[in-house]
Amino acid sequence: MTPPRTLVEKIWAQHVIGAPQEGRDLLHVDRHLLHDLAGVISLEEMEARDLHVLRPDLTPAILDHTVSTLPGRGPVTTRISERYVPTMERLCAQEGIPLFRLMGRGQGIAHVVGPEQGLILPGLLVVCGDSHTTTHGALGALAWGIGSTEVTHVLATQTLYQAPQKQHLYRLTGHLRPGVGAKDVILWLIGRYGTAAGAGAAVEFAGPVISDMGIEDRMVLCNMTLEMGAKVAIIAPDQKTLDYLEGRPFTPTGAQWEAAKADWATLYSDPDAAFDLVREVDCSQIAPQVTWGTTPELVGAIDAPIPDPEAEADPARQRLMRAALDYMGLMPGQVPGDLPVDWVFIGSCAGGRIEDLRNAAAVVRGRHVAEGLTAWVVPGSTEVRLQAEAEGLDRVFTEAGFEWRQSGCSLCSAANGETVPPGARCVSTSNRNFVGRQGPGARTHIASPVIAAASALAGHIAAPLEAGA
Amino acid sequence: MRAFDTVTSPLRYLPRDHVDTDMVIRIERLVLVPRKDLGAYAFEMLRRLPDGTPDPACTLDRPGSEGAEILLAGRNFGCGSSREAAVWALAGYGIRAVVAQSFGDIFRQNCLKNGILPVAIGKAAHDALMARAEQEPAMQLTIDLPAQAVVTPGGQRIPFEIPAGEKDALLKGEDDLARTMARAEEIRAHFEAAEAARPWMRIDPGPLAEFTSDEERS
Ligand code: SF4
Repeated sequence: MTPPRTLVEKIWAQHVIGAPQEGRDLLHVDRHLLHDLAGVISLEEMEARDLHVLRPDLTPAILDHTVSTLPGRGPVTTRISERYVPTMERLCAQEGIPLFRLMGRGQGIAHVVGPEQGLILPGLLVVCGDSHTTTHGALGALAWGIGSTEVTHVLATQTLYQAPQKQHLYRLTGHLRPGVGAKDVILWLIGRYGTAAGAGAAVEFAGPVISDMGIEDRMVLCNMTLEMGAKVAIIAPDQKTLDYLEGRPFTPTGAQWEAAKADWATLYSDPDAAFDLVREVDCSQIAPQVTWGTTPELVGAIDAPIPDPEAEADPARQRLMRAALDYMGLMPGQVPGDLPVDWVFIGSCAGGRIEDLRNAAAVVRGRHVAEGLTAWVVPGSTEVRLQAEAEGLDRVFTEAGFEWRQSGCSLCSAANGETVPPGARCVSTSNRNFVGRQGPGARTHIASPVIAAASALAGHIAAPLEAGA
Repeated sequence: MRAFDTVTSPLRYLPRDHVDTDMVIRIERLVLVPRKDLGAYAFEMLRRLPDGTPDPACTLDRPGSEGAEILLAGRNFGCGSSREAAVWALAGYGIRAVVAQSFGDIFRQNCLKNGILPVAIGKAAHDALMARAEQEPAMQLTIDLPAQAVVTPGGQRIPFEIPAGEKDALLKGEDDLARTMARAEEIRAHFEAAEAARPWMRIDPGPLAEFTSDEERS
């Protein structure tokens, strides 16, 4: 009899090639999402070493990090896209890799495009040269981010070495308060347990909060679990997963769909499966969150005063808090809700999906962005943009004074020449508030799309209720 | 990949937790600067003031650290982005080993793939080492991979863990690719069996044409 296993262990076992070697397994990769930045680096390396891509048919290529999101953009709109986009086009054509074109509906952020087009399915092993690949665990895929040498290894062999990860289980209980979403939950967890809590583990989320949560919110949760230090985030597929997947362009159909569903029905952690860590967390207490520091763990409720480093016992944490306050131009005791805002960014793989835009638009409708504030909406994919335009959301935003842009990573990675100016305070729906992440000197506060939208209207960090929505 | 055995050198001292890979190398450098030249931009935001001049408050380049091959950093070093350019920048900056309390997992993997040794040591030993490094800018450490120990000038040995496979690959300076490619037949057979058992796993080429053409749907 097979001993009880976790969800991750079940998927893992199906992917091991041959015998384990020195504590790590050689695993077969079902989907390798290749984006422009990681793609060009590794494909150029392969070209120089005269290597070829083994399974281009399992390597959907996507343009996101380096593209301009300027309305009317082309492949060479900026110096950076000029370096990456045409090179990616050439190398993908050379290797027979299907590249989702810049001006086609499959363009967008890899972690948005993959799920929305049905490329990501439960039980698949998914990798991508981007840390937020954890996103895809929301659909029950085993997914993690890899570096360039590993990208090259996967391109050449469609396999990857990995030591089995420790297994953590977070049972999220209770019910979320109105106005609280996945972004608040994960920020709160990171604030409570720290950015190193995940310790390279595979974190499974379960419990009533997960059952209640929609698939896109699950993606936000899994996306930012990486910021808790986890390698993998995963949620067992359920009826919501099937409903989400059915009918998407690359979702299996007919007999294949039935066969897939039968296989997916076994994808859950057995009741007696052993985890290295189990945490039960009551989420009913969680309030809307906003970061005030330069790591996601320096976070608090929108109306809670920023803590004083002096009151902190650990000297290393004191140093971290002081450096963060200094960079952010803040003082202990200030309340995020009082801080004037210069920029608002609604977008990224952690806040640019269609549900995010709908939620933000509901706050914005019929109102106007505060004087002197720059506000951008960057849809997470071209599909999201087209859908939002079909629903008239673009007009809601533009009439309110937001810029409505093309899709890409934009102000999340700032890899494309799009940056927040030095010293400017930005409320952002992205996932990182690191020093200089949105541009040298930029001060980033991470928050949910509804807080970002309300802040754009109010001119200071604000909850939607305060903005009168 | 360069083999790693034993390194003795002064330190680059960085008393800060959660140093993310964005801080090690800025995105606008990694997208435009050739890999071999990234070293000049390692920790740019910490080492330089906004006007480009060296920041005297930064401890990384303090006197005594010249030619250092060991970076001594805080907790959760290399968290954040998967960018391997962070490791290339460290290598270009002369670093061959990083001693910290813990590491971001992808960064740690990237180090191993580039012959850089990530050494995680316990809190007490780490705190003591940091305190001493603060006082003694010219302090040297030895990192002895075969014996799995960090050795202080006084001869104190701080043991560290590393999985046998990773240690072996570093000692030999061997990368994985050639070894995996030699298993091509086994890999092919595995895929055939897996794809026969779960045919829904493949990507249907049918819808691809629409996505790889330049037509917008709207
Ligand atoms: S949107 Fe940001 S976090 Fe997401 S893939 Fe792009 S750069 Fe990474």
